Amino acid sequence: MIEIRDLTKRYGSFTALDHLNLSLEEGVVFGFVGANGAGKSTTFSILATLLSPTSGDALINGKSVIKEPKEVRKLIGYMPDFFGVYDQLKVDEYLDFYGASYGIGAAERKVLIPQLLELVNLTNKRYDYVDLLSRGMKQRLCLARALIHDPKVLILDEPASGLDPRARVEMRDILRNLKSMGKTILISSHILPELAEMCDEIGVIDNGKLIAHGNVASIQAQLQGEKRIVIKVTDCLNEVRAFLEEDPLISSIDVIENRLEIAFNYRGTDADQVALLKKAILANLPIYALREEEKDLEDVFMAITKGADNQ
Amino acid sequence: MMERFYNPVFVKELKLRFRSFKSFSGLMFYLAVICIFIAGFLLITTGFTGKGFFKPETSFMMFAVLTILQMALVLFITPSLTAGAISSEREKQTLNILLTTTQSSTQIIIGKLLSSVAFLVLMLIAGLPLYSIVFLFGGVSPSQLISIFLFYLLTVVAIGSIGVMFSTITKRTIVAMISTYGSIIFLGGITAFFFFLTVAFHQMGNTAVGTTTSYMAYFWASINPGALMLTLTSSSMGDALAQVSGVELPVWISYLIAYSLIIVFCLTIAIKKLRANMKSNR
Repeated sequence: MIEIRDLTKRYGSFTALDHLNLSLEEGVVFGFVGANGAGKSTTFSILATLLSPTSGDALINGKSVIKEPKEVRKLIGYMPDFFGVYDQLKVDEYLDFYGASYGIGAAERKVLIPQLLELVNLTNKRYDYVDLLSRGMKQRLCLARALIHDPKVLILDEPASGLDPRARVEMRDILRNLKSMGKTILISSHILPELAEMCDEIGVIDNGKLIAHGNVASIQAQLQGEKRIVIKVTDCLNEVRAFLEEDPLISSIDVIENRLEIAFNYRGTDADQVALLKKAILANLPIYALREEEKDLEDVFMAITKGADNQ
Repeated sequence: MMERFYNPVFVKELKLRFRSFKSFSGLMFYLAVICIFIAGFLLITTGFTGKGFFKPETSFMMFAVLTILQMALVLFITPSLTAGAISSEREKQTLNILLTTTQSSTQIIIGKLLSSVAFLVLMLIAGLPLYSIVFLFGGVSPSQLISIFLFYLLTVVAIGSIGVMFSTITKRTIVAMISTYGSIIFLGGITAFFFFLTVAFHQMGNTAVGTTTSYMAYFWASINPGALMLTLTSSSMGDALAQVSGVELPVWISYLIAYSLIIVFCLTIAIKKLRANMKSNR
């Protein structure tokens, strides 16, 4: 459905996108992860036909964003990170205007608008002025606007930014609904764990380069093969620490005295871990709990981008 | 059939314009100025008695001055309506969304221009009953009035196109507005200055620039809205200009050509620059 080939965008000497390559199947929800200025919005702007790349091309359903932008616009629904609304326009008029802008007939628009408002939970706001809506409602309205021509691809740039937790949950529910409708969704967000839950694939972009791409599990596996293990003890923190320091597979030991916890990085396999545990029990160490610290997408992102910086 | 000619931007702009108090206050200001002028003119010519003669020549004089005044008002109001056409969308962060719809750049620009022109036409029509007071006293033909209105329309579209062009190529509305007012000052004031300058040179018998000077004088007059209005209201003005410049071609023809070229040029630039960040302008 989406094919990005060697996409490069330069602003003078600054390279915003550096030979980006990406291929996405139909119906996939793709999460774009990256720091501010990494190139996410530039990529989305090019896909939304708002910006020409310096070189390379992007195809949406086989249509080039450079050669056939009008065809591409029929296929995409775009929601920018920052957007405004028209003052003195009511919610249904707002949608009606954009519906007409996509060439949808008046009769069809009349049927579509209530359906879309229902989808984004704004039915009761139909005759309210758009500029009087809350930010969360405006975000949902903008999403409804992006859906009015029933696009195959949704490009959502930071759809949850600036929303309170309730509005964020509502937005997530709507996106889940859209996913079930089979839309191909490209989404960028700073709220990384939320992406992990929703996305089939994740791409990590840093300094204009796609440094990791795959499903959430495979990306997590790219983390240097080390686990972070936390053990809880009833006593003898120093003894346990000394015991752990003897193991060559263990590094970065942190003692959290007030919680009687010790955290460390472990390079060994699962079998090595079993052996370590056995050894600790035989040594009569007062360990009553052991757990592996879960790494969320934020850790993945931090680790990967740190790795890229060091290169 | 109606769907084919439906321009969403035009309809939306009209809706927003008529919901804004600014539009009604603008219309009120325009009509108030004309009312004050007519009342003042009638009172002065009748010596503040409310009685006395009001000759057809005086009526014609009122018509001529009213025509110039109305043109000045239109030139004054047009930039405020058009110079924010695209830049205000950019400032409100609504432009990017609009540009991702399937509307062509031409549709968007034409919709913006027409909505502003429609409001100005409404203004002119609203002022028509006041303007028609001249008919009460004679001295003016309806065909004269119609031709003047058509040239108002041409001028409004041309100035509107200049406003839309500056609104598209500049990022901020204030810059677009200043640039458009600058263009109006050039067309309405500086051309008049150049006209008098070239005429003065011509009359001083500067043979070195002999024939070209007279063409230059004609050129400056032919793009000046004030000069056009004077030649339209009084044929003697047209004759005088022909005598000074040595060019027989009526000013309205060259004005029509010049302003049509301005419209085409400005709209082409606006359409091309609307999607400036895209190589192809579709």
